[in-house]
Amino acid sequence: MSRALALVDGNSFYCSCERVFDPKIATRPVIVLSNNDGCAVARTAEAKALGIGMGEPYFKIRELCEQNKVAVFSSNYTLYGDMSARLNAIYREWAPEVEIYSIDESFLDFTTIPERDRLAYGRDLRATVRQWTGIPTCVGIGPTKTLAKLANHIAKKNDDLGGVCDLTDPAVRDRWLPKIEVGEVWGIGGASERKLLQLGIETVGDLRDMPARSARQLMTVVGEKTVLELRGISCMELEELPPQRKGCAVTRSFGKPVKTLDAMLEAVSAYATRAGEKLRRHGLETSHMVVFMHTSRFNQRDPSHSASKTIHLAESSADTLDLIDAAKRGARAVFREGFAYAKAGIIMDDLIVAGSGSRPLFDAHDREKSAALMTALDAINGKYGRGALVPAAAGIKRREWQTKFDRRSPRYTTRLEALPTALSGWTTGAENSMV
Amino acid sequence: MFIRLKFEAEISVPMFEHGLCAGFPSPADDFLDESIDLNVLLVRNRPATFLWRVDGSSMRDVGIFHGDILVVDRSLTPIDGDVVVAIVHGERSLKRLRLDGKRPRLMFENADMPLFELPEIAEIEIWGVVVCNIHWLRRQPGRGVQ
Repeated sequence: MSRALALVDGNSFYCSCERVFDPKIATRPVIVLSNNDGCAVARTAEAKALGIGMGEPYFKIRELCEQNKVAVFSSNYTLYGDMSARLNAIYREWAPEVEIYSIDESFLDFTTIPERDRLAYGRDLRATVRQWTGIPTCVGIGPTKTLAKLANHIAKKNDDLGGVCDLTDPAVRDRWLPKIEVGEVWGIGGASERKLLQLGIETVGDLRDMPARSARQLMTVVGEKTVLELRGISCMELEELPPQRKGCAVTRSFGKPVKTLDAMLEAVSAYATRAGEKLRRHGLETSHMVVFMHTSRFNQRDPSHSASKTIHLAESSADTLDLIDAAKRGARAVFREGFAYAKAGIIMDDLIVAGSGSRPLFDAHDREKSAALMTALDAINGKYGRGALVPAAAGIKRREWQTKFDRRSPRYTTRLEALPTALSGWTTGAENSMV
Repeated sequence: MFIRLKFEAEISVPMFEHGLCAGFPSPADDFLDESIDLNVLLVRNRPATFLWRVDGSSMRDVGIFHGDILVVDRSLTPIDGDVVVAIVHGERSLKRLRLDGKRPRLMFENADMPLFELPEIAEIEIWGVVVCNIHWLRRQPGRGVQ
């Protein structure tokens, strides 16, 4: 049976989460601002149509937003984290294996679905997610992660496909790949794209057909793997893909079930360490993470538990110590005794360029040294207590740094005092309103 | 009978399988059943279930009061007679849904209030079906419940 992966992602995910609980903005343009209300990090189609670009600073578009009645929100990461957990819980009912790539993107193993049923299966999944959570999604299916991602892109850009595109059939790929610009392929950006264009490689079809060796010379081993993946040969692990602005995840299925808090803390600390390395290598930082864990859904005998928690860091960071601390806090909050956990992970979203929030701790090229320093830090702090030795760059006295959340929506799904309210009375302002 | 409540996210109510016994206790009662989990009882489909707060008293006659907490399941297909969270003109509202006539109707459940009527052009969207209502009979300190 040929391998098939589906990449499912939420359309304008943060904005869609806001719309679920605020029906007044169902047809208005919506944008969500990054931490500190800096720039637009999520836009609905209506907002994009107004010319609001990704990452555009808010002060530049404030007037445009006011003129066009754009609904502007501060980011509500707790809400997005909870909605993301709901999406993944549904995905786990629909696929034997789910790999989380970011807060709103997951790979589902569709291999066992007969090829002729895959489109319909994808559409049913989409409809279910939409009804159960209110979040619109797109589904891209392919034999490799790169092709699944590309299929997802095609599904997004072509309304007539009904939100689902399947590229497992080579004949279908032959139709689509020559029509798509090479820059749309995962991991092909900026410098790589310019080099390819100089060689006359303009479409994804051209890239697929270039000699793999040349791709390696031009764009290192990642380039070579990308070419192979476009041919349908699966060779990329999620971890090899560069983290995108919208985030990255580190997750693992456990070899044997984890039943104790200590073992769980150890596991998430390892993920945080890995995540820290990854962020520093790419010069990125995060200000919050989602920690999740769940039991196996194939084991019906034992009680099941699935939970997640969004943790906010004091300030944005790529410092392993900060990340471990956050991961452990999250794990403590969701872990429950008496369950055999099969999988856990951490997801970081809305990554920012290091230095724009707080200063990066280490130079991006100095990984080995930083790892050694981190190990030494851990050892010393383990012996003399946390905080005995603090990286000077992290600041001995934490900066007075207040996060701005002027326009944040309520934490509808995670706080009792913030639940959405259903009016049980006359609609105010309607024709038939009465006193 | 013996009831113990744990004040945690996991709410469990262990109980003996047999009722009160006046004679010798059954030796089988040494083996407690598993705890009853209120989450399992109230939440049938977790990813699709959301909690809502009631604002107003238009559903008073069916025991839904201001400040109560509704368990709303979006995965259920609404049927005639369901209490639903409905979006009417962009407003999130609580109504009884009737599907017995030509057109869907939304109703109040409060004898002191006039019949709820929708204008002809009303746009209605059913956000979710209310599966149960959590109504405290004793004041909950610090919970914002009256």
